[in-house]
Amino acid sequence: MTELLQHLVNGVSLGAIYALIALGYTMVYGVLKLINFAHGDVFMLGAMVGWYASARWTNEARDPSIAGALAVTLLAMVVCGTVGFVIERAAYRPLRGSPRINSLITAIGVSFFLEYGGQYLFGPNPRAFGVLPHRANFVGGGISVGYVDLVTIGTSIVLMALLQRIVFHTRMGTAMRAVSWNPSVAALMGVNIDLVISFTFVLGSSLAAVAGILYASKYPSVHPLMGLMPGLKAFVAAVLGGIGNVPGAMLGGLLLGLAEQLVSGYTSSSWRDAVAFSILILILLVKPSGLLGRTDAEKV
Amino acid sequence: MRQIPARLLLCALLIGCKSKEQSGGGTGGGQGTIVVGEVGSMTGTEATFGVSSDRAIQLASSELNAAGGIRGKQIQIIALDDEGKPEEAATAATRLIASEHVIALLGEVASTRSLFMAPKAQANKVPMVSPSSTNPKVTQVGDYIFRACFIDPFQGYVMAKFVHDNLKLSKAAILKDVRNDYSVGLAQNFTESFVRMGGKVVANESYSNGDVDFKAQLTNIRNAHPEVLYVPGYYTDVGLIARQAREAGITAPMAGGDGWDSEKLYEIGGAALEGSYFSNHYSVDDPSPRITEFVARFKKAYGGQLPDSLAAQAYDAAGMLFDAMKRATELTGPAIRDALAQTKGYKGVTGDITMDQNRNASKPAVVLKVGKGGKYEFQGRIAPEDTATGAPEGSPKKTEGNTAPNPAPGNVPTPTPMPELGATSPAAAAANTGQPQGVPSGEHPKK
Repeated sequence: MTELLQHLVNGVSLGAIYALIALGYTMVYGVLKLINFAHGDVFMLGAMVGWYASARWTNEARDPSIAGALAVTLLAMVVCGTVGFVIERAAYRPLRGSPRINSLITAIGVSFFLEYGGQYLFGPNPRAFGVLPHRANFVGGGISVGYVDLVTIGTSIVLMALLQRIVFHTRMGTAMRAVSWNPSVAALMGVNIDLVISFTFVLGSSLAAVAGILYASKYPSVHPLMGLMPGLKAFVAAVLGGIGNVPGAMLGGLLLGLAEQLVSGYTSSSWRDAVAFSILILILLVKPSGLLGRTDAEKV
Repeated sequence: MRQIPARLLLCALLIGCKSKEQSGGGTGGGQGTIVVGEVGSMTGTEATFGVSSDRAIQLASSELNAAGGIRGKQIQIIALDDEGKPEEAATAATRLIASEHVIALLGEVASTRSLFMAPKAQANKVPMVSPSSTNPKVTQVGDYIFRACFIDPFQGYVMAKFVHDNLKLSKAAILKDVRNDYSVGLAQNFTESFVRMGGKVVANESYSNGDVDFKAQLTNIRNAHPEVLYVPGYYTDVGLIARQAREAGITAPMAGGDGWDSEKLYEIGGAALEGSYFSNHYSVDDPSPRITEFVARFKKAYGGQLPDSLAAQAYDAAGMLFDAMKRATELTGPAIRDALAQTKGYKGVTGDITMDQNRNASKPAVVLKVGKGGKYEFQGRIAPEDTATGAPEGSPKKTEGNTAPNPAPGNVPTPTPMPELGATSPAAAAANTGQPQGVPSGEHPKK
């Protein structure tokens, strides 16, 4: 029983990170109908910026502090937000009117650019990451919860609540939903579409930066290809929950994290990725709109 | 698609090498130079392996050249990067043989990649010496494939013996990398030896190279209450595993093999690794004069950097190859192969190396402890077993993953009359004082 509970705790902690990354996928898809495959690499950039900033100001050698971790995270969010803005401006906006497959291929191109550009710029070797201060685990009833796990889960809940508030209770959120519903009509109503889309990218990319920092604190090995797998997993999470749907991304992330931990815990870790991607195939076959996605009749 | 940049890089590298070679004059056995190829992971997640080995090989060849080379000819090393990818190792080996006409190959560090290179070397009758691939399958590829290190069964045996006899622990858990022949091989032979000595393996879990989350496996391991956790993986994974093991509440010491040996290990794993043990090929703290001299030369050549065990082995691999070239009747693949096979008591820095009939080096191993601040503390030496390793009868074979076949009877390091490791020295924090117990004045007895 404690074993099951421990697996569940680990799963929630992993799922919270997947959910944070998935939010970026889902928001961009919701607004642009574009799967931004470069998102996982923006996540990597967040961790990388965190590494450089912490090497300068706060790391294990220099006694990390909560304030330092916050400063590093904010910096990573600003850098990634800027990168997200530039990517949209330079790579996706010129293609906005063209067929969707063009944008998709461009997204893959941007992803490769960031991965291999990163290898060139940062070097391919893994680096040790230590931004958060060390604290002992919380142990109770045979279950141990890591300090990093608690911070991860806490941060994710706060950020998701904040995001929910932005999307449903601000003018910009209303504009985002309007663009998502029908861009041309939204434009006719006076919504500045370019601004809304840029805002979406900046928001999604800053969330990816936070996810990058949290992920690297949990698994302290940072390298330019680290965004690949979490990016794909978060994509699965977004599709599972219903791509374009914010609560769906959270649900998808959590379910995927739990599924992975239970599979590795009770069968073999070799099955874990297979299960993750089987979920993607199953969802696409059975309920392509995802668990919480709405099914719209396609107008012809 | 992802292969393209790697290929381009390789091409660029080759073009670079080509021009260098032309200026050097002749290929394999020509007038001026003797060309030897080297394949290593200079970049990628195991980059420190390749870079360390490369430095030692360059050091060995420059020392040889300074001493007059071989039969008046200078040695030229052409090194290619495989980025830690097996396919690239095979490509690099092919290029070295076909375009550079190398007379012999040095590499790879990892068994998985050596297994991709070896068929190319064998097919072209180019002798290949792997510095540190410990999987038994590597030299089974053919009679042109050699190694300068001991094989997996031995490392598994060494750690099993150390845990059982010196740490006096009898309940072990195993966490192995199922996608890595090396890790699977060590785990299997640890299990066999440990069970034979009367120990018990209480949990047997696995992961795949590149994973970052091990919590689920570690939760299962914790619930089995092991006294020691055997993780025969590579440093990046081991560092992450160590942290998560402590987070999961496992306090038992960890143990592993030579894949742990990298400065990155402690950088990633940190304090979680302190108090863990691993078997290795050599230790910089070993007071034997051969080692202190080698360490001094290496430090001088590379700005004070200490040679890790991969450097020591690569140095021995190169030295063994050069030694064979000197003894060979002529500078051709088959003649060098014959000379290599007759290597007996070659005085390498990692010990006296003798080739057994399966082209595996027979020599002792050392056990190191990760101390405070990541300092390795020398615990002592463990010699090859007197009776044949493996003792396959009745050994449990439930290990998943297709691993090395049981070693053939002759595939075992020939017994060397070596004093066994006695009581473990507590190896005080001042690690340099750690004395090898039972080894007479730092020299290896057998000639």
